[in-house]
Amino acid sequence: AGAGGGNDIQWCFSQVKGAVDDDVAEADIISTVEFNHSGELLATGDKGGRVVIFQQEQENKTQSHSRGEYNVYSTFQSHEPEFDYLKSLEIEEKINKIRWLPQKNAAQFLLSTNDKTIKLWKISERDKRPEGYNLKEEDGRYRDPTTVTTLRVPVFRPMDLMVEASPRRIFANAHTYHINSISINSDYETYLSADDLRINLWHLEITDRSFNIVDIKPANMEELTEVITAAEFHPNSCSTFVYSSSKGTIRLCDMRASALCDRHSKLFEEPEDPSNRSFFSEIISSISDVKFSHSGRYMMTRDYLSVKIWDLNMENRPVETYQVHEYLRSKLCSLYENDCIFDKFECCWNGLDIVMTGSYNNFFRMFDRNSKRDVTLEASRENNKPRTVLKPRKVCASGKRKKDEISVDSLDFNKKILHTAWHPKENIIAVATTNNLYIFQDKMN
Amino acid sequence: QDTQEKEKTIPPERAEEAKLKAKYPNLGQKPGGSDFLRKRLQKGQKYFDSGDYNMAKAKVKNKQLPSAGPDKSLVTGDHIPTPQDLPQRKSSLVTSKLAG
Repeated sequence: AGAGGGNDIQWCFSQVKGAVDDDVAEADIISTVEFNHSGELLATGDKGGRVVIFQQEQENKTQSHSRGEYNVYSTFQSHEPEFDYLKSLEIEEKINKIRWLPQKNAAQFLLSTNDKTIKLWKISERDKRPEGYNLKEEDGRYRDPTTVTTLRVPVFRPMDLMVEASPRRIFANAHTYHINSISINSDYETYLSADDLRINLWHLEITDRSFNIVDIKPANMEELTEVITAAEFHPNSCSTFVYSSSKGTIRLCDMRASALCDRHSKLFEEPEDPSNRSFFSEIISSISDVKFSHSGRYMMTRDYLSVKIWDLNMENRPVETYQVHEYLRSKLCSLYENDCIFDKFECCWNGLDIVMTGSYNNFFRMFDRNSKRDVTLEASRENNKPRTVLKPRKVCASGKRKKDEISVDSLDFNKKILHTAWHPKENIIAVATTNNLYIFQDKMN
Repeated sequence: QDTQEKEKTIPPERAEEAKLKAKYPNLGQKPGGSDFLRKRLQKGQKYFDSGDYNMAKAKVKNKQLPSAGPDKSLVTGDHIPTPQDLPQRKSSLVTSKLAG
């Protein structure tokens, strides 16, 4: 799976989850989407602090024209709103990120985080229960001891599948600023959490301490010029991680070099053309997401208008740059006024050669690194007939609008696709609109 | 970018910048700048003084308590926040519509 370009893959609508009505409750705004390592499970987090996990159906041999559908597997309240009275700080319950642990036994584990606290959740199945207690009835009432005349051994009997989620670890009180990223190390024992100014290293078993590995807080906050926007561990090298900044730079750090990685091992930055500098330059260069390719040879960054691919061996410029919605460059004034210029879009890989990211008007974009072709698709309930291939969309930047094109001024900037995810093994993608989750698959046969 | 310079047209970003400066002439000299960074770090800050609150309650027993203005998020300065303005613990029984 995965061969062929963004245009060679024919994407079809598969499913959509969530409410149909336009009146979106704030709690229902989706804030993160993540497949687990096998792709069998798909987790979403929302602004209301809830996690919903979908499970892919086992493939049905008679339904060879489509892959299994995703159905609700488990849902739980991960975080609750809090108020820090000491600091007069309201702590949102919004789930900023979910990261799955690789599966080690029958249970599944994931990390979910809000602005301040990371939690390790265990999701386990129960399909049998003990029956035949001596002192209790099946419904739990205690039996009158005088009626017990014989002894029996309780036995396990099958029951309807129950999926339980329980918090196994709570990693709290380590972040003064707002957590934007969590990333599990390839050693599967440690993970990092990053806030605006600091990055901490944790052991999954230990909740009462963490190591600070990056600290960019200036001695005088008046001198603050840059914040950390995202961080990720290298997929194979357990001592290497990267973090991106609001100034468009990426720093690669090696934990073997020193305990506090304030000095980077590599600094990735594209030189700026000074004649092009404007008030907006720094804001739109702020990196909202950074993701390694599966091999770890490349990393991808997302800034406001583009996606860049970097070769870890070359620090002075990206090897590829893809424009997501260049037509917005002449709208920056109004995008600043309505705050859209601060929207944080994520990006994802199919692992190797196709990258995907969201845009406005419920459009999302894919770029094929090999063929250099790109496509714009739309997540909309209007295209919701299964196995109907999605029609590519086109935005008309200026001049005469062709039929089927949409002009820049007609774009709905409230319909943002910030979060997308690609199945680790197959051509199945999950795309989150404000409060709906769309699943698309490539056309089989 | 090169061809734009040769055509003597203003790059779109600069034109947008001019528009913004025309609307907001006092906008910070520092481009982007640490103003909006510091605002980002301050997200979630709500000021509540229990002393002020209790004094106000005592003084205005028979009058209306200052109530939240239309912009509930700006709870600083003159307005005395009340426990009603603070986020309530939400019921954990409200299920996500994605699971519906």
